[in-house]
Amino acid sequence: MIKLSGINKTYYTEATSLHVLKGIDLHIEPGDYVSIMGASGSGKSTLLNILGMLDNYDTGDYYLNNILMKDLSERQAAKYRNEMIGFVFQSFNLINFKNALENVALPLYYRKISRKKRNIIAMEYLDKMGLKDWAYHLPSEMSGGQKQRVAIARAIISGPKVLLADEPTGALDSKTTEEVMQLLTELNKSGITTIIVTHEKSVAEATKKVIHIKDGMIETIESNSKHLNS
Amino acid sequence: MFDLDKFQEIWITITHNKSRSVMTAFGIFWGMFMLVAMVGAGVALERGISSQIEGFATNSCFIWTNPTSMPYKGFRKGRFWNMENKDLQILKSTIPEIQYMAPMIFAGNTNNNVTRNDKAGSYHIKGNFPAYNQIDNQKLIFGRYINDVDIAEKRKVCVIGERVYEVLFPHGENPIGKSIQVKSIYFQVIGVTRSNANINIGGDSMESVVLPFSTMQQVFNMGNSIHFMAMTAQPGVKVSEVEKKVYAALKTANNISPDDSTAVGGMNMEDQFTMFLYLGIGIASLIWIVGLGTLLAGAVGVSNIMLVTVRERTREIGIRRALGATPRVIVSQILTESVVLTLMAGTAGLMFGVGILSLAGKLLENSTGIIKDPQIGFGVGAGALLILLIIGTLAGFIPANRAMKIKPIEAIREE
Ligand SMILES: Nc1ncnc2c1ncn2[C@@H]1O[C@H](COP(=O)(O)OP(=O)(O)OP(=O)(O)O)[C@@H](O)[C@H]1O
Ligand SMILES: [Mg+2]
Repeated sequence: MIKLSGINKTYYTEATSLHVLKGIDLHIEPGDYVSIMGASGSGKSTLLNILGMLDNYDTGDYYLNNILMKDLSERQAAKYRNEMIGFVFQSFNLINFKNALENVALPLYYRKISRKKRNIIAMEYLDKMGLKDWAYHLPSEMSGGQKQRVAIARAIISGPKVLLADEPTGALDSKTTEEVMQLLTELNKSGITTIIVTHEKSVAEATKKVIHIKDGMIETIESNSKHLNS
Repeated sequence: MFDLDKFQEIWITITHNKSRSVMTAFGIFWGMFMLVAMVGAGVALERGISSQIEGFATNSCFIWTNPTSMPYKGFRKGRFWNMENKDLQILKSTIPEIQYMAPMIFAGNTNNNVTRNDKAGSYHIKGNFPAYNQIDNQKLIFGRYINDVDIAEKRKVCVIGERVYEVLFPHGENPIGKSIQVKSIYFQVIGVTRSNANINIGGDSMESVVLPFSTMQQVFNMGNSIHFMAMTAQPGVKVSEVEKKVYAALKTANNISPDDSTAVGGMNMEDQFTMFLYLGIGIASLIWIVGLGTLLAGAVGVSNIMLVTVRERTREIGIRRALGATPRVIVSQILTESVVLTLMAGTAGLMFGVGILSLAGKLLENSTGIIKDPQIGFGVGAGALLILLIIGTLAGFIPANRAMKIKPIEAIREE
């Protein structure tokens, strides 16, 4: 599903340059359930953003679903994001003046699906998240866990192949963290390749593989024994 | 291409951010209101001014006499002179370009010079020709104007102004055929006039008693004198040309130096109309310049505020981009937002302005002043909306360009 070879990324600021990713090679199979761990500043978010085509890389090759994602125009990147990738962020990134239903339906708007149809689909997804009664509430009226579930519904509504989550539980307490992880695990079971950046051990333990990053390089890839046994 | 779905998406953005939208659009609302109000006031001024000369033929001129300013053929400078009946014949036979000629004589509004039974008033007395009606069209509310038979037979008849009628007659009484006394001489009323124009010759025509010219000369012992002459040029002839010839002919006939520039006084309507025309054009262009300037300032305001909002909306736009919006979609969204806001605010300003104008119109309905019936034409309204469309697009351009450059990564990066 995802094949990275020799990915390098350097950030240039006025005075200095910062070599953030130093030759990342990585292979992720369809349906994989992966977490990425590492110290702050080690380049986890950068890697995830490159995977999501939110950012570009300097050298190397990135194949997503056997398509080379290189030197994409903004237009192509937008299309691939919309079709293949779902995002979940630490700070939810819901649009604050849109209610839950409108937020969830938004990716379908950019797919030119009619308003009526996309609202029906969005309602189904909210229902799956157990948020049907919150469809017409604004994000400001919801708890962190609810907001993150709305964000997850929005991430998967367009049927992506890959779900990218950058510290999805970073702003949640341990109980809601558990709920959200259960949700993500179920989604993975339904076949979505899932990659989660996290600092939390409990989150990493829920995934099948843990990638440890240090100073822009992959240190180890560890398979979770718990899952191997099961 | 109207895309309802896109419109709804934009509508949600606009209505869910009400105060921001109102703030953005207020400048346009105000600019449009100012434009409408000023155009309306300008139209009113123009209408008011042209109503001052309503009814006067545009090809007419008026002639009177002044003391001479040069000695000539043995006559001293400063001599008083009058036009006389013989001059009528001379002008008629030597200047075929004259269409109508209406000599007039006046007697002042001395104390209670007009009476009927126990009622009395002080009014202007004028001796007129039927042709006068062709030059300064009289609106008759009763009867008829002086005619040729009145002149030929020197009939003792009169046409009175509406105010004279109101004072001398009980309300509603038909005055035709009734007698009134002018300077103790009986005249039969044949008509009542109501004036349209605010220009009056020889005193307010509402407060005048008009007698046949010939009758007046005779009964008041005024000899052959003519105090004033109104005339019109034949169709296709410029009245200013005719005026020159008349001046020359009058000077020759009355022993006045051809170089005397003040002895014959006059004015012509052509000049007045041209002046009003230029005045109107001047006022209109000033209004449009100022009004469009205000609108443009409004547009700059929209552009500025939207630019600020785009910065505030960086995250929203970044999220949209992450979810699959192409830069083009974002540009089109911001542009459409700008156009919709501008059009709505502009239409509101337009309607508010038209409302205020029609209110002002009601208040000014009976005014005879120089401001009358403020209105703006349908064309002006439609034109203004078209301008708004253009302005809205232009105003959205810079913010849209800024929004397009927002990279999803920059917008979404955790602080
Ligand atoms: N746009 C940028 N310009 C310059 N430097 C950047 C930019 N984005 C990230 N960096 C730097 O790159 C390094 C890696 O950043 P990244 O966000 O990938 O770290 P991270 O592993 O996600 O850390 P955290 O756990 O704190 O989220 C950091 O030192 C960061 O300061
Ligand atoms: Mg990070």
